[in-house]
Amino acid sequence: MIEIVWFCLVAIMVAGYVVLDGFDLGAGIIHLFVARTEQERRNVLHSIGPVWDGNEVWLLAGGGTLYFAFPALYSAAFSGFYLALMMVLWLLILRGISIELRSHIESPIWKPFWDLIFGGSSALLALLYGAALGNVVRGVPLDSEGFFFIPLWTNLQPGSDAGIVDWYTLLIGAAAFTALAIHGCNWVVLKTSGDLQQRSREFGSRIWWAVVALTAIITVVSFRIQPNIAREFSEHVWGYVFPLLALAGLFGMRVSSARARDLSAFLCSCLYLIGMLTSATFGVFPYVLPSNTSPAEGLTVTNAAAAEYGLYIGLAWWIPGMALAGLYSVFVYRRFAGKVTG
Amino acid sequence: MDSALALHRLHFAFTVTYHYLFPQLTMGLALLIVILKTLALRTGNDHYNQAARYWVKIFAINFAMGVVTGIPMEFQFGTNWARFSRDAGGVLGQTLAMEGVFSFFLESTFLGLFVFGESRLSPRLHWVSSFLVFLGSWLSGFFIIATDAWMQHPVGYKLGPNDQIALDSFWGLILNPWTLWQYLHNMIAAVVTASFVMASIGAFYLLTNRFTEHARIFVRTGVIAGTIATLLLLFPTGDGQGRMIADHQPITLAAMEGLFETSAGAPIVLVGQPDTDNLKLDNPILVPKVLSFLTYHRWEAELRGLKDFPRDQWPDNIPLLYYSYHIMVGLGTLLILLTLLCAWSLWRGRLYQSRALLWALMLALPFPYIATTAGWMTAELGRQPWLIYGVMRTSQGFSSRVSAGNTLFTLMGFMGLYLLLGVLFLFLVHREIDHGPAREAVPAGGVQ
Repeated sequence: MIEIVWFCLVAIMVAGYVVLDGFDLGAGIIHLFVARTEQERRNVLHSIGPVWDGNEVWLLAGGGTLYFAFPALYSAAFSGFYLALMMVLWLLILRGISIELRSHIESPIWKPFWDLIFGGSSALLALLYGAALGNVVRGVPLDSEGFFFIPLWTNLQPGSDAGIVDWYTLLIGAAAFTALAIHGCNWVVLKTSGDLQQRSREFGSRIWWAVVALTAIITVVSFRIQPNIAREFSEHVWGYVFPLLALAGLFGMRVSSARARDLSAFLCSCLYLIGMLTSATFGVFPYVLPSNTSPAEGLTVTNAAAAEYGLYIGLAWWIPGMALAGLYSVFVYRRFAGKVTG
Repeated sequence: MDSALALHRLHFAFTVTYHYLFPQLTMGLALLIVILKTLALRTGNDHYNQAARYWVKIFAINFAMGVVTGIPMEFQFGTNWARFSRDAGGVLGQTLAMEGVFSFFLESTFLGLFVFGESRLSPRLHWVSSFLVFLGSWLSGFFIIATDAWMQHPVGYKLGPNDQIALDSFWGLILNPWTLWQYLHNMIAAVVTASFVMASIGAFYLLTNRFTEHARIFVRTGVIAGTIATLLLLFPTGDGQGRMIADHQPITLAAMEGLFETSAGAPIVLVGQPDTDNLKLDNPILVPKVLSFLTYHRWEAELRGLKDFPRDQWPDNIPLLYYSYHIMVGLGTLLILLTLLCAWSLWRGRLYQSRALLWALMLALPFPYIATTAGWMTAELGRQPWLIYGVMRTSQGFSSRVSAGNTLFTLMGFMGLYLLLGVLFLFLVHREIDHGPAREAVPAGGVQ
């Protein structure tokens, strides 16, 4: 029972990371397209400047929590997706320094260089995160020890000898890319004004169609790739609440954007991301990392969990710790509320 | 040695050694900046504020480097050390997750206010933000040391089914006696690094006759903090750490000291080269009985030599362990002598004019970095051949499914990327040093 509690808490942290770092990754993806002048680029960066580092902390704290609660899952997934994870690290490093270093030197070659690194690393991270989620849904060839290793790609088919990148995971990657891009648009629209805001709004409304199309496609395909999804949803009908959340977010952001209700549009894209993530998690449950070769070898919420005593103890520090972290976040977001101005 | 194992070890060793070049400065500097800001509040002398602002900029560059090179450390527990993490994650996950939850959120929240917020916070609130950044970084250090200390001296655990190492006592883990000494020793070493960096840059300005008012603050603060810290490094923290090793890792102690034969009244080795083929020390310069006294505080105490222990329990790289330890102790002694001389000269009011001492301070900049790195190598090589001392061998812990070829690929990737980062870092720090602390304006915030 305590494993289920931690499963939910880890899911909350992952969702927190995707929603929070998602908008600054999204801002990175779109800034090369929507911000034309130096001032506009600076405004995009200033809109995420005080918060992006804190958003990334959700990855570290979420990773730490996953490590603590489900060590078998953490070690299997991180070693099995070795090359992809290392690339995520390199991209996080490049992205971090591109944001930090850009403003240090006034030069016509320094800033555009870091802008390109910022945009490129944000885009590739979104793709890789999506592909990672795709891998978890598709399953991996776990051995009897609970480990696996797959190369970056093999024949691009999601079969039993699939690599990290196959057509299915690439599709999920594309969906994640567009989802974070539109999330970033909603953030930039919310935080800026003038031409930059206008261009971001238009850009967002064009990507929206891609998001709708990809959402429909990955839903259909995922049901075929992972039979557990259909089984889980038919056994627990209440689970449909998760895809309904995603749909509400998806259409809510269209309606809100059209009426220029920017905060509501941003919250709708948060809702969309949460709905999609929880739908995937629910569909795979009770597995946390299914096997695509022999279902019995899959890692489940029970066989991947740490021992009980530690999990109970963990609640005693995790709850007050995250309550404090929540307070800090509220403090920062209130302190930097409102539009960025040049 | 299995080549995949060797590469996984080198992968972690390289990335963690590089990473720790930055936190050792920022953790110490956070304390010194709090001191400068306290002095500014209490004296009303604006030079202290300008000095603090200058160091905040150096701090920010180092902090960013520490953050981006720190993320790979958490990841590598899973990517490169999967079997270790699967079995021990239930224990070590406690401290690693607590670091994320308690210190990273705190640091990241207040760092922005600390670096950019001076113009819109009252002086007192800005002092509070600097204090919270200091608190966050020292908490972070605590959780990491608690993690390492558990691997050095595992307590509060029990062995469960399928080799799982389960937590048995939370307070046992947190209050591990090894943690206390290692934490104090390590954090004081961070203060030494920051003190020397501050004094060294101050000495550079004085010798080149620039920013002399601020430079005197840097030299004074650095020398006073450095004197206190280097002495604390020796006693009680170094002594306490040494007793931990003597009590719980006697083989490590023998290897560190190059002691092959068991002897009463064991001598301390100042210089010498261990020969592990013939089990003797070449060209030794010894001081009789000192090692027994330092270890057990009795001149005639018996110390067990390496020959008394089974070979499969010996650390697997005794020469490197021995040299690391001697470099740490040698440089530590040198730093104590230098700070004592400088402190005496400062007290007599002659330090700012003493070109010889200023030169020595300026050139001493790399020594605390080297000593700290050597100290960590002593700790980690000394733990070998164990990953968790007495519980799991290093050869049992790495990710067996990740091949040598893939590991070498990512190791080279990190080396290339870190070379680039190093060049950028030196370039930016050089610009700040060149620009200097004078007339530091209050930095403007980016968002209104």
